[in-house]
Amino acid sequence: MADPMRIRAQAAGDKTTVRVLMNHEMETGQRKDTAGKTIPAWFIQEVTALHNGKTVLTAQWGPSVAKNPFLQFAVKGAKAGDKITINWLDNRGDKRSDEATVT
Amino acid sequence: MQTRREMIAHSAQVAGLLAAAGLLPTAAQAAWSQAAFDARTLADATKALGGSAPIESKDVTVTGPDIAENGAVVPVACATTLPGVKRLLLLVEKNPSVLAAVFDVSDAVDATFSTRVKMGQSSNVFAVAMMADGKVLYAAKEIKVTLGGCGG
Amino acid sequence: MHRPLLIAAALALTGAALTFAGTALAQTKSAADGIAEYRRMLEDGNPAELFEAKGEDLWKQKRGPKNATLQACDLGKGPGVVKGAFVELPRYFADTQKVQDLESRLVSCMATLQGFNAAEIAATPFGRGEQNNVTALATWVAGESRGQRFNLPQGHEQERKSYEIGKRVFFFRGGPMDFSCASCHSVDGQRIRLQDLPNLTKNPGDGVGFAAWPAYRVSNGQMWSMQLRLNDCFRQQRLPYPGFGSDVTVSLSTYMGVNAKGAQSIAPGLKR
Repeated sequence: MADPMRIRAQAAGDKTTVRVLMNHEMETGQRKDTAGKTIPAWFIQEVTALHNGKTVLTAQWGPSVAKNPFLQFAVKGAKAGDKITINWLDNRGDKRSDEATVT
Repeated sequence: MQTRREMIAHSAQVAGLLAAAGLLPTAAQAAWSQAAFDARTLADATKALGGSAPIESKDVTVTGPDIAENGAVVPVACATTLPGVKRLLLLVEKNPSVLAAVFDVSDAVDATFSTRVKMGQSSNVFAVAMMADGKVLYAAKEIKVTLGGCGG
Repeated sequence: MHRPLLIAAALALTGAALTFAGTALAQTKSAADGIAEYRRMLEDGNPAELFEAKGEDLWKQKRGPKNATLQACDLGKGPGVVKGAFVELPRYFADTQKVQDLESRLVSCMATLQGFNAAEIAATPFGRGEQNNVTALATWVAGESRGQRFNLPQGHEQERKSYEIGKRVFFFRGGPMDFSCASCHSVDGQRIRLQDLPNLTKNPGDGVGFAAWPAYRVSNGQMWSMQLRLNDCFRQQRLPYPGFGSDVTVSLSTYMGVNAKGAQSIAPGLKR
């Protein structure tokens, strides 16, 4: 399984800002290696975010998203102690799921 | 403000219409669309996602730096204040892979998303809002790149 | 009643002229401002955090032939003391009887505590195998001194010698381009393309030069430790790389670190 994500979820009023850093090459499939062979595309395709187990965000990404991707969004009505879960799935079928508590 | 039931009913209606028009992907809205990510223009990408022709709008915002020191990592955000948005998209006009990201907006999140994209060269970056009523609205910002960021 | 009118007109013209000049000034400043804005936008969410998290895990994980953690490692302030250690390295260590920088010290600990082969790790290229772990560990240890000011010890004779050797290495010109570190880094206000070249013969300021590494480089998406930064400097000078953890590289760090006394560390940083 890939290296863990870094998730920070901070509540301010009735809104929680979630910031995520994911560990991923996000290889475009455009580059060639030193031997001239194309390096195959390898990138996160789907991202989902859950708040206390309920899906609040789904996203589809392409290889134009930068390496070690960053994502920021705001969840309404979340409060300190709630759980935020982030899942990702890449084009090779690798996946990663990490969780954080809202502070 | 719409109740959840109303929103689901409305979504179902829209989905029904799109499905009838043969424009809805077979799996749920969250499925990865090869056609959209292969598109080479803004219009083709939104069309592949079942949207109409995009119209420029001041109610959609795209934020990012004016200059990116390195195109490998360019912070950008897409947002809209309009109610009834179903999806927010980010596109980099001159990238080989034009469509960068699609965010499905639920009523539990703000219609604002930030991420970082790779830019191969100076280019327009588009934020697109696909609305529940079928409208597709966009905003553009030119971001200059000093050093192309697609590696190699 | 023409007087007030004339004055008003004069003021209007001056105002217009100033605005025009202001715009022109704003235009010439905007490239530097633009870059500054770009860097600011990336500060929140530095991918180096991913390496910090990994490094912290590695510190506490039982690994190696001896199946032990690194929690007893002495980075100069006593076994297991991590906070504040980074801003006092390189320094002299009695058990190895040499001046060591952060990375060579981490490798020493990995050898003595965990049973890894230090020579093998040193021979491993950056970005492979255990070198990745050393980089992650260095990133975390550096982060534990975030915001603290450099204060390398110079009390031991070997530490002073390391500084003097470092200075000689810094000014040593060689290779096909006749470059030394000083070629780029010994005067104020130099720049290569869009990158400022800090003057490393003195304290170049908070978070600059020695105080900016380890750092995540966005251009290649890699985490760079000081050893790797020096490796690349030698490559850019077209000089052969002296070797991981070598006296040459450690002494250069001593020279830069002592010169940077008082500068605030921002490690792990973010670089082009």
